[in-house]
Amino acid sequence: MQKFEIFTGIVCPLDRSNVDTDAIIPKQFLKSIKRSGFGPNLFDEWRYLDQGEPGMDNSKRSVNSDFVLNDIRYKGAQILLTRKNFGCGSSREHAPWALEDYGFRVILAPSYADIFFNNCFKNGLLPVVLEEKTIDDLFRLAGDDQALEMTVDLHKQALVIGDERIMFEVDPFRKHCLLNGLDDIGLTLQKVDAIKAYEKRRKSEAPWLFHGG
Amino acid sequence: MSAKTLYDKLWESHLVQIDDDGTALIYIDRHLVHEVTSPQAFEGLRLAEREPWRVDANLATPDHNVPTTERAGGVEAIEDPISRTQVETLDANCREFGIPEFEMLDTRQGIVHVVGPEQGATLPGMTVVCGDSHTSTHGAMGALAFGIGTSEVEHVLATQCLIQKKSKAMQVRVEGKAGPGVTAKDIVLAIIGEIGTAGGTGYAIEFAGSVIEDLSIEGRLTLCNMAIEAGARAGFVAVDDKTIDYVRGRPYAPNSDQWERAVANWRTLHSDEGAEFHRVVTLDAAAIKPQVTWGTSPEMVVGIDDSVPNPADEPDSVKAEGMGRALDYMGLKAGTPMSDISLDKIFIGSCTNSRIEDLRAAAQIANGRRVAANIKLALVVPGSGLVKAQAEQEGLDRIFTKAGFEWREPGCSMCLAMNADRLSPGERCASTSNRNFEGRQGQGGRTHLVSPAMAAAAAVSGHFIDVATLIKK
Repeated sequence: MQKFEIFTGIVCPLDRSNVDTDAIIPKQFLKSIKRSGFGPNLFDEWRYLDQGEPGMDNSKRSVNSDFVLNDIRYKGAQILLTRKNFGCGSSREHAPWALEDYGFRVILAPSYADIFFNNCFKNGLLPVVLEEKTIDDLFRLAGDDQALEMTVDLHKQALVIGDERIMFEVDPFRKHCLLNGLDDIGLTLQKVDAIKAYEKRRKSEAPWLFHGG
Repeated sequence: MSAKTLYDKLWESHLVQIDDDGTALIYIDRHLVHEVTSPQAFEGLRLAEREPWRVDANLATPDHNVPTTERAGGVEAIEDPISRTQVETLDANCREFGIPEFEMLDTRQGIVHVVGPEQGATLPGMTVVCGDSHTSTHGAMGALAFGIGTSEVEHVLATQCLIQKKSKAMQVRVEGKAGPGVTAKDIVLAIIGEIGTAGGTGYAIEFAGSVIEDLSIEGRLTLCNMAIEAGARAGFVAVDDKTIDYVRGRPYAPNSDQWERAVANWRTLHSDEGAEFHRVVTLDAAAIKPQVTWGTSPEMVVGIDDSVPNPADEPDSVKAEGMGRALDYMGLKAGTPMSDISLDKIFIGSCTNSRIEDLRAAAQIANGRRVAANIKLALVVPGSGLVKAQAEQEGLDRIFTKAGFEWREPGCSMCLAMNADRLSPGERCASTSNRNFEGRQGQGGRTHLVSPAMAAAAAVSGHFIDVATLIKK
């Protein structure tokens, strides 16, 4: 995983609550056995007017010009601003893969679904929780003719717009992993002795948990 | 020692290590694997030259992509080449890493969340995970079960553990007596309607109360299945005699030497008297009518006697806008009585409602009736090969086919339409599945979530109807 470094990017406002992972990346694209290449089909059913299928040339499809991702102001946006319970529904990690592949690195919302929230951190994507009022204010700013630019400083836990700073909370362990690009599996495998000790104890307490059937 | 919740007990018995900030390493007893969320995880293992930690803790079966029509041609005969590749990739990965798998032509194949309990592969007191959000289903056995992403699938394969933080504990109590035609599905839809689709976010939900105790294990599987639709990764029910009777004799259940010891352990799997929850919600079952969703989120649900709600009555402007958008998508007008909504397709199946009791409940309504003329397709998709065999032994397949339903092979099917079973744009479906999201059952498709009996009642009536009026006295 890449290290999460300070950056400045454009904020794209997606003004909907309860955006589910089926909407983020529809099921027909889940048939891929790869981790990459989902970006062109991010929000496929909202972004295009025709029905998307894997392997289509997306540059030739008819685009829904009313959808915010197709608004020229937000071209190259790296920050997605949205409403509550973002990422609800299916556990598909293809959702953060698609967001990341499209170019998003940060999401701003009042709340997220648990599994999606967790999946983001495994893929270098930072989901920031902000108060509803702050989100409302950001929607007003992001809707201006001039796209809103923001600097994201994870180290200082700050979002910077001009002279203004919005501070945010983040779990210290997850912050550490993002900043250092750390792989969870590598970290856990440093605890092999603790896992083996647990297994030994558990096998004597509850041996039936250790047969395959 | 202070009183503990069931969640405390399940959590504590699986703690390998915990840091000062609450970041914990927990041990995973059972890992279920299917073809959609696992290929990238196996690829990750290969790239890092890692081996699975404990192959016998895993059980795999293909379910999302498998055809529900004739299968004699095997995997090679799956028409969609991308679906075929995914199923072939699962078979190849399981063979390479030594993971036990029920392949597509095995009679034990089925939807992972039906297969696990059916095999006794998910037991009380276990931690159960799968790269699928409906893993909460297995909580019905008194297990801590939750869905994970593909990175975590790889993490479990490699380490048999997950890095987690403890959730808050919620208790949802359903008291009283459920009315006629009211099933576990109606109860859980009513709960979601009450607390909202994000009401359980950050919580693990224990379902309790007299109505939950009265539910069969299969009813509890339906209930816990949809905990995730209320935002909770995990939902569970305390162990009682029904749980233990259900597990007895199943292929993966403890053998006779260990049975008594296991049962003694399982008897402790309930919340202690006086245990405290962060939140308690109580519902009166008598107020719950058979439920039908009207919108594009499971929380957009009403009783069969109600009408489509009006966004103008909703004070929260963001919510009202969402309701308006949902009505547009669903092609519905506020104020329309639910029983006036007519349908194009019927789907009885999915990890929510494809077990034998679900099929019996639907067959009871279908028996001696005919699918209405306006219904283009009524599908019954059993949850596993064993459920299918059992249903055929009871003659349910003949009841369905005689009534005009199609009787299919087991899989996820039209719950998420990754295989060939799907809605066309604008088609309206009464579905026993778990999600009514936009496009879930096919782009532009319109999904109404209901119980199996309500789906069968809609099939024979052509529109929604209170199933209680069709139940033979």
